[in-house]
Amino acid sequence: MRREEVKEKVQNIFKEVFDEDLMVEEDTTADDVEDWDSFEHINLVVAMEKEFGVKFPMKKVVVLNNVGEMIDLILETMQEMGV
Amino acid sequence: MMKELEYPFDSDFLLKKRKKIKEYLLKNLSEPEIRVKIGILGGSTTKDIVSMLEIFLLNFGITPEFYESGYNQYWQDVMFPNPELDKFQPDIIYIHTSNRNIESYPGVENTASEIDGLLEKEYARFYEMWERIRRSYHSVIIQNNFEYPYYRLLGNRDGYDIHGKTYFIRRLNQKFYEYAQNTEGFYIHDINYISSAYGLKEWSDPFYWYMYKYSLCFQAIPEFAYNLANIIKALYGKNKKAVAVDLDNCLWGGVVGDDGIENLKMGSEEAVGEAYLAFQKYLKELKSLGILLTVNSKNDLENAIKGLRHPDCALKPEDFQILKANWNRKSQNLSEIAKELNILEESIIFLDDSPAECEEVRCCFPEVAVVEMKAVEHFIQDVDRGGYFELVNYSQEDVKRNQMYQQNKQRKEAEKGYLSYEEYLMSLKMVATIGIFEPVYIERIVQLINKTNQFNLTTRRYTKKEIETISESKNYLHLYGKLDDRFGENGIVTVIIGRKEQDLLHIELWTMSCRVFKRGLEYAMFDALVGFCKKEKISAIKGYYYPSAKNSMVKDFYGELGFAKVKEEDGGTEWKYRVQSLYKRKNNIIEIREKTTNGGE
Repeated sequence: MRREEVKEKVQNIFKEVFDEDLMVEEDTTADDVEDWDSFEHINLVVAMEKEFGVKFPMKKVVVLNNVGEMIDLILETMQEMGV
Repeated sequence: MMKELEYPFDSDFLLKKRKKIKEYLLKNLSEPEIRVKIGILGGSTTKDIVSMLEIFLLNFGITPEFYESGYNQYWQDVMFPNPELDKFQPDIIYIHTSNRNIESYPGVENTASEIDGLLEKEYARFYEMWERIRRSYHSVIIQNNFEYPYYRLLGNRDGYDIHGKTYFIRRLNQKFYEYAQNTEGFYIHDINYISSAYGLKEWSDPFYWYMYKYSLCFQAIPEFAYNLANIIKALYGKNKKAVAVDLDNCLWGGVVGDDGIENLKMGSEEAVGEAYLAFQKYLKELKSLGILLTVNSKNDLENAIKGLRHPDCALKPEDFQILKANWNRKSQNLSEIAKELNILEESIIFLDDSPAECEEVRCCFPEVAVVEMKAVEHFIQDVDRGGYFELVNYSQEDVKRNQMYQQNKQRKEAEKGYLSYEEYLMSLKMVATIGIFEPVYIERIVQLINKTNQFNLTTRRYTKKEIETISESKNYLHLYGKLDDRFGENGIVTVIIGRKEQDLLHIELWTMSCRVFKRGLEYAMFDALVGFCKKEKISAIKGYYYPSAKNSMVKDFYGELGFAKVKEEDGGTEWKYRVQSLYKRKNNIIEIREKTTNGGE
C-alpha cells in the first residue's frame, strides 16, 4: 500500500473517531485535537489495527508522537507482517 | 430498539460510533421510563465499559446515571466514609474486579493450610465489602467473578494442584457463588464464562493492561457491557416473555407443504436433522423456564400440525400457546399473538430464517427482537447469547406461567358458552385474597410492579429496597391481591400503594397484571381500599393517572370508579374520591378471602 493511500485511510479513521470535519496532517499531534486524550488514543490504535489488519507491538505504540509516525508504524508493521 | 445494538452486533463499529449512537438514542428515546443509579467500583479502568453499558441500557429503555470510583479504588470507596457515594444513593453497585485484583496467590512453597489461609484472606476482603454495601446502601450488588489467568505456571497441573493459580481462582469463584446462592439481591457477572466464550488469549491480551490498565482487551468491551446490561435489564423487568418461531427451515429442515412430512429433516439420524432436533429441545427447555412458545408460520394449519406431530419432533402442538399458521403477514400474526397472550409485542422474540420476513416484522415493530436464523448448527447460540431471558430471579410464578396461560385459554373457551359476561364471571367461582404486603411476597410484588405496563396508573417503578421500606412504614397503605378460580391459581396479580397525608390518601401506584383483566378484581381491590381508609379515618383518596406509551386503557379508570377529576395537565389527570360512611360494594362476583393475620377488609 502506498503512503498516500494509508494517509487517506488514517484521515477517515480520525473523522470517524472524532469529528466529520477534522483534517489531520503528518505533523498533527494529540495537542492539536481537542478530544484526543489517552482514552481516545486506544480507540484510534484499535481502529487502525482493524483497518490495516495488523497488531502493533506495545514498544512502538508508546513512542508515537504524531500522525506521520503513526503512518510510518502502519507501513512498517504491514511490511513485517506481510499484509 | 436500534438494530446495531442488538445481538450479534459489530463491536468495532460500536466502539467507534458510540458517541453518535448515544446522541441518537437520547434524541429518539420514546420516554425515559426507568431511571437507574449505578455505582461502578473499578479494580481497573472502567471508562469505556461505562460508555458502552450506557448505550446498551438506553436501548433497553433504561436511563442510567453513573457514579465511577477512582482507578482501582473499588475497596476504599466502600470501606471508608464516602459522602459522594452516600449522596448518590445507588440502586445498583457493580464491582468490576478481575484476576488483576487478586492480591496474594499461593506459591509452590506454601502448605495446604497456608493456602487455605490465603484463600480466606482474599475472600474476606470481598465479603466485608459486600456486607458493608448491604448495610450502608441496601442496593443490589453485581460482582464479577474471576477469569482464568493468562499463563499457567504448572501447565495442566495448574488447574488442579493446590498451588496453581488456576485452581486458586476456581476455589475463590466457588466461594463467591456460595455467597450468591445465599444472598438476595446479589448477582454474579460471569466473566469467567464470557472470557472463555470470547477466547481467553485475546481477552487477556496484556497490551491493554500495560497501556491503559484495562483487565480485558478493548475489542471485548461491547460484549462485556452487553452481558452486564442484560442482568440490569432483567432486574428491571425488561426480559422477553415469549418466542414466536417460524416452522419451515427454522423448527425443522425442509418445507412441509412442498416436501411432505416424510422428507422433513429432524431427528437424530443425520447431521442436519440432529441440529434441528437440538434446537427443538432448546425451545422446550425455555418453556420449562416459563417462556411462552408460539408459532408464526406461513403454512396451512393442517400441514403445520402434521409437522409438529412428526414422531421425531421434540415439540408437540400442545407445547405452543398459540399456533399461527396461515398466509397472513407475519407482523399481523405477531400482533395477534401479543394480543391473545395479553402481552406487548416488545415482549416477544421473533425467529425466522427468511431475511425478508425478518425485515417485514422489524419494520412494523422496531421494538421486537428479531433473530435471523442463518445456520441451523448455530441457532441455539444465536438465541442464547442474545440474553433475552436472562434469569436473575427465578420465582415459582415463572415456572407456572405456561400453565397459567393454558388455564386462561380454557377460561376463554368457557366464556363462549355463556349468555352474559357476568354469568361467565360467576361461573369462574373466583376467590380473591387481599392483604397488606408480607415479606414472603416482596419478590413477586417488585417483579409485578416493574413488569406491568398496561394496567398501571402511574408507571412508577420501585426497587426491592423501596418496597421493603414502604411495607414497614406507617405512612403507607399497601395492598396486594391474589386471584384464584376454578381453573387454577393466578398468584399475586395486583398491587396498590397509597401514601397517607393526614386524612388524605395519595395512590402512588395501582397496577394489575394483564392475566386478570376484565375479571372485576379492580373493584374488589377498591372495596378493600375503602375499607382500610375507613378504619384509618381517611376521608379522601387522590388518584393520579400519568400517560405512558402503554397505559391508555386506564385513562378514565378513576372516573369509572366514581372519582371526580380535579386537575388535567399534559395528558395526566388528578382525581379525588370522598370516602363516605355509606359505601356500596362494587364487587359482587368475586368471593373475598380475608387475610386474617393482617386485618384485611
